[in-house]
Amino acid sequence: MSGRPVSSLRLKTAICTAIVVLSNAFGDFFMKRGLPGSAQLSTPLDYIATLFQPWVTLGVLLLVLWQLSRMTLLSWADLSWVLPVTSVGYVLVAVIGRVFLNESISATRWAGIVLIMAGVALVSGGTAPSTVQRHEAKS
Amino acid sequence: MKWLLVALMVGSTTAGEVLQAAGMRHHGEIRDFRPGAIGRAVALLARNRFVIGAALSMAVSFFAFMKLLSMTELSFAVPVSAVTYAMETVLAKYVLKERVNGLRWAGATLVVCGVALVSL
Repeated sequence: MSGRPVSSLRLKTAICTAIVVLSNAFGDFFMKRGLPGSAQLSTPLDYIATLFQPWVTLGVLLLVLWQLSRMTLLSWADLSWVLPVTSVGYVLVAVIGRVFLNESISATRWAGIVLIMAGVALVSGGTAPSTVQRHEAKS
Repeated sequence: MKWLLVALMVGSTTAGEVLQAAGMRHHGEIRDFRPGAIGRAVALLARNRFVIGAALSMAVSFFAFMKLLSMTELSFAVPVSAVTYAMETVLAKYVLKERVNGLRWAGATLVVCGVALVSL
């Protein structure tokens, strides 16, 4: 590891994680909002055409941002760290579903949300993002 | 049909994300966020075999997810994909050789249980 201040890596990790979580949750939400019923997705051409509906396009753009920010995060953080920590997005998706799509959050779902948050807290607060040796990027 | 799509999505997501992590580790830490440097990183990554394999797997996963979303509620389609957490954590340890300590196993287990509850 280099002699860089730990706080700058921590800040970079926090910002990147936030972008990963938000772009994923809102990307999924806009996809759901823009998608037509199952009957309209029968040929490959239907899938391509659907991509150009405004809400779906916005969803796809956010999901592209999600992939790019996730790749950036994975360039210095472990997969077994990134997975649990970014799962806070599931909580966000449940809340978005309730607020904007009128999907209900039952007691069981709230219990699940609490478990997810506990898992996120354990991994993000208790373990360092990286446990393996990496080299400098070539560019 | 619903569960076939779930299986297809879980399999391709797991393969894609492990390949992506392997590819990014191979590339090394991204530190320079100026546009030129990002452009060069993207050009390098576009020739990274792991990243290309990941992109193909993720494309399969994406279209399976899209079809699933059109058939089910968002609050079913998203949580059910959490099965990948368990599979990917195991692969992170044995394929990517990460040091998955007790806290990480506990965290991953809580997340999988939580996601299962959310999808009930």
